[in-house]
Amino acid sequence: MDLKNIVVIGGGVGGTLTANYLASKLKPELRERKIKITLISATDKQLYEPGLLYLIFNKMEESEIIREIKYLLDPDINLVVDTATRVDTSNQVVETEKGSYPYDYLVIATGSKVAPEEIPGLKEGGHWFYNLEGARKLRDALAKFKGGKIVVSVMGVPHKCPVAPIEVSFMLHDFFKHLQMRDQVEILYTYPINKVFLMDSVAELVADLFDQKGIEYKTFFNPIEVDAKNKKIMTLEGEEEQYDLLIAIPPHKGSDLVINSGLADKGGWVPTDRFTLKVEGYDNVYAVGDATNLPVSKAGSVAHFEAEVIAENIAAEIKGLPPTARYYGKTMCFIETSFDEATYIWFDYETPPKPVMPSRFIHWTKIAYNRLYWLTARGIL
Amino acid sequence: MQGEADRVIDARGSYCPGPLMELIKAIKEEDVGTVLAVLSSDASSAKDIPEWVKKAGHELVGVFEEDGYWRIVIRKSR
Repeated sequence: MDLKNIVVIGGGVGGTLTANYLASKLKPELRERKIKITLISATDKQLYEPGLLYLIFNKMEESEIIREIKYLLDPDINLVVDTATRVDTSNQVVETEKGSYPYDYLVIATGSKVAPEEIPGLKEGGHWFYNLEGARKLRDALAKFKGGKIVVSVMGVPHKCPVAPIEVSFMLHDFFKHLQMRDQVEILYTYPINKVFLMDSVAELVADLFDQKGIEYKTFFNPIEVDAKNKKIMTLEGEEEQYDLLIAIPPHKGSDLVINSGLADKGGWVPTDRFTLKVEGYDNVYAVGDATNLPVSKAGSVAHFEAEVIAENIAAEIKGLPPTARYYGKTMCFIETSFDEATYIWFDYETPPKPVMPSRFIHWTKIAYNRLYWLTARGIL
Repeated sequence: MQGEADRVIDARGSYCPGPLMELIKAIKEEDVGTVLAVLSSDASSAKDIPEWVKKAGHELVGVFEEDGYWRIVIRKSR
């Protein structure tokens, strides 16, 4: 048997888990050098992005949410820290800044990123917590905030972790309550569609909790510009909203690699089969996590459950077995409803979510998982 | 066909709020007076899109039920 090359692009949740699951399922083939697994990552570190929600309130530190990828990967995986620049699907090669890597199987795990530049004025006038740099600045801004109006504004869908804007609103309420400043802080949450969340059951629960906590909300609110000087948000619906501190969830886009390689749709997402996770038009190229165009959450749990399916099917093909695993839309999200309580939702393509009554126990489970995630990344949990 | 459009946004196969968000993206790019048609296979679009169009101050030309999908036609008014 010729050596089969499996190349994974991306060192986030989806890439790391897929590579680790493959290494675990194909240990004998790896040892006998029948296959080689290469993971290409632009950075040598992985950021546990859900931790940023805690970092902005000084509840987690950077040292807790960053790990070197080499310590997360099975030692039989070949880690290449380099930026992939192009996928050449006709010759089955991934080109990087420093080299090129032929593949028999390719897994695209290139994620998504915030694009604040798509809303004029947002970079100058707003904050966000969807990357480390933004979260650091927001942590400082929150610590220095002297009172006034905070607007939490979702400026486009899809975005990572659909429930995080809700969670940050609830946590802001507690943050300022504990600082004995809640009566000096107005919190306004805005959302693009006609309810506070995509899914009805969650929207109802959240609107109810917002009312209880005195968090205001506006729907059908689509910002088109931020006036940083006068601290105002202008919307497509013709409204203007004043703010003292703007916490934006900026529009997101896919990676430049998939766009430049002609593998993305016009939104920058990779057209992917919702069950097999194969990239449309290719039999040996898969997409995992935020990179896909699937109507599922851009969330770590989705990348985790998808990675299981992709690894199982690639491993089966290599072993000469039928690849029968399918992704069925499985998603799991914790939703912090305060500093002390949380709920969670679990859903798939056919089963809508039913949030349970928020409790301390679910919150503790989430806090524990914030530490346990590093076992998930290693393919253990 | 009733409700001819200058630009057609085919959002069939995408679920709520996909079709509305596609329309929002397109309307930002067009001039006042342009007629846009959104094709959606998601029944809730037939309700949600007209509601947004009203709030945003545009004109709803019509909601047409076609074979297995809805065609929602609007004119950008401001």
